[in-house]
Amino acid sequence: MAKRTIVPIGPYHPLQEEPEFFTLTIEGEKVVDIDVQVGYNHRGIEKISEMKTFDQIPFVVERICGICSTSHPFACVQAIEDINDIEVPERAKYIRTIVGEGERIHSHLLWLGLAGHFLGYNTVYMWAWKLREEILDVMEILYGNRNNYAMFKPGGVRRDIKDEDIPDVLKKINSIIPTLEMLKKAVMDDPVLHARTKGVGILTKEEAINYSALGPTSRASGVTKDVRKDAPYAAYDKVAWDMIVTQNGDVFDKAVVRVLETFESINIMKQCIFNLPEGEVDANIKSISAGEGIGTHEAPRGEVFHYIRSDGTNTPIRHKVRAPTFMNLPTYKATIIGETIADASIILAAIDPCYCCTERMAVRDTKGKKLYGGEELIRLSQEKTEKLRAKYV
Amino acid sequence: MRREEVLKNIKGKFKGDIIELFDKSSKRVYIEIKPQSLVKVATYIFKDLKARFNIASGMDARLHIEILYHFTIEPINLLISLRVKLPKDKLEIDSLAPVFEAANWIEREMHELLGINFKGHPNLKKLLLPDEWPEGVYPLRAEYKEWDKNAIRDRGL
Repeated sequence: MAKRTIVPIGPYHPLQEEPEFFTLTIEGEKVVDIDVQVGYNHRGIEKISEMKTFDQIPFVVERICGICSTSHPFACVQAIEDINDIEVPERAKYIRTIVGEGERIHSHLLWLGLAGHFLGYNTVYMWAWKLREEILDVMEILYGNRNNYAMFKPGGVRRDIKDEDIPDVLKKINSIIPTLEMLKKAVMDDPVLHARTKGVGILTKEEAINYSALGPTSRASGVTKDVRKDAPYAAYDKVAWDMIVTQNGDVFDKAVVRVLETFESINIMKQCIFNLPEGEVDANIKSISAGEGIGTHEAPRGEVFHYIRSDGTNTPIRHKVRAPTFMNLPTYKATIIGETIADASIILAAIDPCYCCTERMAVRDTKGKKLYGGEELIRLSQEKTEKLRAKYV
Repeated sequence: MRREEVLKNIKGKFKGDIIELFDKSSKRVYIEIKPQSLVKVATYIFKDLKARFNIASGMDARLHIEILYHFTIEPINLLISLRVKLPKDKLEIDSLAPVFEAANWIEREMHELLGINFKGHPNLKKLLLPDEWPEGVYPLRAEYKEWDKNAIRDRGL
């Protein structure tokens, strides 16, 4: 057997700037094994949620993720409404769709910028993030905040969209389209990007189904599944839009799916603004009876899944949260093995991982009480290195 | 296949395995099955009905531990939740990870948070909790009182 080397990436990812730990085993330049360790970012949100009332829970789950902050409340309020089959007013449905799609645009642009950055193509990075600012401005005009909009409540939305804001919003959305077209060309036609991403990190359709991969990660592998089309909610069945599916499953296709989805999202957002019906925005739910409900929402990274069980009081007795990265992260085993170490960083980034979401699970870290000094940390890290050395060399 | 056909097929095929079928709404069905039939039923739903495995959710229901396995069949927009109830003195069930890879991580998660043993799982190591986490302490159990500082102190951590 050839000599094997361990390449640790993490526990603080140098590029993705989130806490995770990849142990890559390489032979020469080739990756032969990968182990992913998560769990550095526990906050115990599922347990906290059991101590909150149904009105407070959307605020808690909004804090699960900093980028797609609206996805979790979106799925969560649908789970609560599913318990009693509550019908949401039409206007609220359209407003929900506008929030969800605005978020998808800025999240995809954020990923595109980062992907360019990972490949050393910083022009894409700068352009994408400049465009993202415009969308964040739109969000600020509509909801008063660049992120964490606090728009969702069981039965509707918290705030209405004002008619006088709409011209500004449309102007801003239209202003990004020409630059986005340019960016699309830069991604789809650039020979360097082709060379770095085509045929790299392929996730086959069979593997995507086996791992139950979600969102753009699966749609780039030819899986035609999108919660917005398959189980229409909010206003997604009332506007015209296309599901973007490509066949190759490599990093390039994942980028293409996200770029094209951004255009679809702009399309959906504009249709919703033009067709915004009049009326109430809140169903005014008085109480939630005993039962169980499931809510799903197609977040930028894939389907978010919330399961809530109520015993008839004002707090749930179980709240299960499943973020898309939880299903997409294990696909690394299928995509990275056999590739070169130089491609590892972009393959690991291609699913658009969001570790904050994945690790929402456990209860308080009991070690939190114990404070480590600098010297002790160095000692611990040396011990760990020795342990790894003894195990693998 | 239409929704009614799918449900009729499941009912006909697994007559002896189904304890209760609760048709909640046009999009949701909850089927309680015997724990020993899980692999059989889940394999049929995943492989033959071409469902997508959403996730499983474990829960401590005081008298027993309950696991729900959620599957979505997209073409008919139906979410099937398989419910199994495990007695607290025998927390064991066959693993689904050998059947489809998607069940791998969630079974590791339920193993460490609820203390359920998944027979036949390829690698039941910790997923989210730190390596130093004590044996036999399960955060999602009803009796878990770890936010109580005294409990942490008494355990000597």
